[in-house]
Amino acid sequence: MATFRFRTPVSETDARKPNIGDTVYVSGIMITARDQAHRRALEHVRTGKPIPVSFEGGAIFHCGPIAVKEKEKWRIVAAGPTTSTRMEAYEAEFVEKLKPRIIVGKAGMGAKTAEAAKRFGAVYCDFTGGAAVLASQRIRAVKGVEWYDLGMPEALWILEVEEFGPMTVTIDSRGKNLHDIIQRSAQDRLTEILKTLGVSQ
Amino acid sequence: MSPLKSYHVVRTKSCIYAGLRGLRPHGGFLLGIEKTVEKTAVEILRRAVIYLPKDVKEALNNAYEKETSEAGKTQLKAILDNINLGESGKTPICQDTGIVLFYVTVGKDFGDFSFIPEVLLAAVRTATVEVPLRPNAVHPLTRKNSGDNTGTNMPYINWDIGDGDNIELTAMPKGAGSENMSSFAMLTPAEGVSALKRFVIDQVIRAGAQPCPPTIVGVGVGGSADIALKLAKKALLRPINARHPEPEIADLERALLSAINMTGIGPMGLGGTFTSLGVNIEYAHCHTASLPVGLNMQCWAARRATARIHRDGTVEMMS
Repeated sequence: MATFRFRTPVSETDARKPNIGDTVYVSGIMITARDQAHRRALEHVRTGKPIPVSFEGGAIFHCGPIAVKEKEKWRIVAAGPTTSTRMEAYEAEFVEKLKPRIIVGKAGMGAKTAEAAKRFGAVYCDFTGGAAVLASQRIRAVKGVEWYDLGMPEALWILEVEEFGPMTVTIDSRGKNLHDIIQRSAQDRLTEILKTLGVSQ
Repeated sequence: MSPLKSYHVVRTKSCIYAGLRGLRPHGGFLLGIEKTVEKTAVEILRRAVIYLPKDVKEALNNAYEKETSEAGKTQLKAILDNINLGESGKTPICQDTGIVLFYVTVGKDFGDFSFIPEVLLAAVRTATVEVPLRPNAVHPLTRKNSGDNTGTNMPYINWDIGDGDNIELTAMPKGAGSENMSSFAMLTPAEGVSALKRFVIDQVIRAGAQPCPPTIVGVGVGGSADIALKLAKKALLRPINARHPEPEIADLERALLSAINMTGIGPMGLGGTFTSLGVNIEYAHCHTASLPVGLNMQCWAARRATARIHRDGTVEMMS
């Protein structure tokens, strides 16, 4: 398994290098976006309204942090990933239109996102779910917050990160999806598992 | 549960001063029972989101030692490192500090307890700012965030009746990653326990990485639809190293756990042995024509904290 250290903005060529199972670290700018930020960003793209940040070549983070404002400056207290499957409805279009190269979350994403990663050149990486203090240690500064009207978890937090990771690539640009492989393998074992419980199909 | 610490109370003619040693100093102040319950609720919320219960930490350490997959071991290492960092920095271990659920058991000799909902509401508002907790509570349809973790029926209080002159107060901040994997099935009595087993394994596979494994699986059997789900969540309050007192149920808990850990989903769903740390089952008798089964999952960050508050203002931290 290879290790990749990326700095934003990331080129399409670089984003196409990792394979599932590889380790990734990201430095530079990472922007949080959850369900509502995805939805609003895509609405703005469709209606031609401006978006306050550029995602091109960037890293997006499925995360709703705990942030505190100290002397007019935001500080991130805890910022682990949220379940990425909720963003499946939006991510393919988001990747196509807004061109992020790295998507960070947990628990993986579905076929539509994997297809977009393959077509447009992006990777999806898992950061350990719940490991919010570990994650916040790699956040150097809050560069800004946009769309705060969506609430603290759903706002766009623009974070400066250093060596954010280690993360595991679970969707690469070759159409491979590690979570999908593991889940299918669990499904394949179902009969055998039920047998140990004395249950025949 | 045996108390870990108790706090002395100094009584004067007209008031009670509680010296809450080991708690955040509240200064020299006057504490009525209402204020004591409120302060204690803030404290257990703080403890719940920062310090994992001992049984959960032990189970995670054990999983780390025994996990055979490299990916799984890496995830467990990150989890354990994160727990230590949270404790040493007094920081919530996960940014999803959940929605706030309380379990209140009121002793029959406690006396008037009508003030409890109001002080728990105040405690949640205070904890949101002071701990801090992430403001998670939104209107279910407009999705507007109330900003302080409160709202209609939130925090939610589960009531019970107990003995003695005390109330036992448990805070269970429940994250959405695991909660979103809850499920319910109205099984047929003819299929019985086989259907229950199949349902549990199916749901664990369906959930995959989403509930932040290694999980704790709470199963509520019987009662009615709502009762089964309530029991499934209540099952998560039991320490994972404590099996159900009835041997048949305890055996079922063990069998389901080892079956779940054959799926290979593993820590964070990246492959491995430890998909779950424990299975806890609670049941209620049900209608002869029904077999309701509720399932509530808990992530590895299984946060809960309990305190016992006596009428005289003495507070015992139970976890």
